[in-house]
Amino acid sequence: MLTVETYANMAEAAGAVGDRARYLGGGTLVMQGVNYGDQSFDRVVRCREVDRDIRSESGGIRIGAGATMADILASHEVEFLHQVARRIGGPAIRNMATVGGNLFAQNPYGDLTTALLALDAQVLRIGSGPEPIESFLSGRSRPRGLVEAVVVPRVSSGEFRFAKVSRVKPKGASTLCLAVWLRGGGRPSDPRIAWGNMGPTPLRAKAAERALNGASLDEAGIAPVLAVATDGLDPQDDALASAWYRREVAAVHLKRLLLRQGVR
Amino acid sequence: MARTALTFTLNDAEAAVFVDPGANLIDVLRRGVGDLSPKQGCAQGSCGACTVLIDGVPHLACLTLAETVEGRRVETSGGLADGPDLHPLQKAFMEGFAAQCGFCTAGMLMAARALLDRVPNPSREEVIEAISGNLCRCTGYEPIVDAILAAAQEMQGNRRMMR
Repeated sequence: MLTVETYANMAEAAGAVGDRARYLGGGTLVMQGVNYGDQSFDRVVRCREVDRDIRSESGGIRIGAGATMADILASHEVEFLHQVARRIGGPAIRNMATVGGNLFAQNPYGDLTTALLALDAQVLRIGSGPEPIESFLSGRSRPRGLVEAVVVPRVSSGEFRFAKVSRVKPKGASTLCLAVWLRGGGRPSDPRIAWGNMGPTPLRAKAAERALNGASLDEAGIAPVLAVATDGLDPQDDALASAWYRREVAAVHLKRLLLRQGVR
Repeated sequence: MARTALTFTLNDAEAAVFVDPGANLIDVLRRGVGDLSPKQGCAQGSCGACTVLIDGVPHLACLTLAETVEGRRVETSGGLADGPDLHPLQKAFMEGFAAQCGFCTAGMLMAARALLDRVPNPSREEVIEAISGNLCRCTGYEPIVDAILAAAQEMQGNRRMMR
């Protein structure tokens, strides 16, 4: 039988999460499970105190885990993330879905987390230090406390690009999505390429990142990047597309994003 | 099973109800307080049929844990009409054949209402974006978009007449 536990603050709620519990953020994922009788949890933990603050700090921009996609769209601090938040759900979902929840979204969801991975975000959990998002994602299936915020670097809109490939527009789940941080502008220096729906969690394409380092952003310059576009990725078959299809089209979408061809 | 007492404002009236643990808002509205205007479609956030406004902002009632609306203001399409006088959106939907089976209509109306509260004179693109989370399997959307634009015009006209 399901129980709902409500706590006054995040620290108390953090003490209550664990096996057989789900933390309720915006509800878009947890309530789906509740409605469909998901038996993997029987406790819903929630908190009256919600951190929706998005603010500049010395180490970057701190986004409270309770910030919604609509909060991101309303914030000038994270203008570079508007292109991502705008493509998630319809208006009602964007008013509900939170940054913290997106970190735990299973395929085909998790577009924002793919963007955060490309941005080398740090994940802050109650009572522990910042953790790089890549290591956070690799361990996210084990309950390890409550996320209170993520920290992203300050990035100009020009050097961060995002594309979502879906069959239904303007609103539809991702067949795949990709985010690229072209650190340094002209010729990227130590760039990041992250893919969503190309593995069990969002994944970085490290071979492609190395090939993109210092490359010129033209057909010839990015050819070596495209040749290794899907190295290290692990796409799966699902109702939206086959793993084969995803591997076939990934490089096409990466090319369009890097050359800014027909990207919406 | 411990039930929770819940009070909130529903279409300007106080509502009080006991809710089961994990109950979602659509069940509480329909079965708990008897407002049958919002519909439950997919129960997973895909269809938008259950769209209601919470503190003036569109939310999906099927994905809202009922007890989180304690003390808040919930609006459904059941509260749009003023007695026998339909809201301009309802009138435009009726006159423009924007409802066929009617299952999406309650959600469409609330998504449109939230848009017109915020943007009284929206563009066609803004209307399409505003209802992008609401599925309609009958109309092909065009009559709905036209009806929302017509209602916006009508409401602007009404405002001008009141000045």
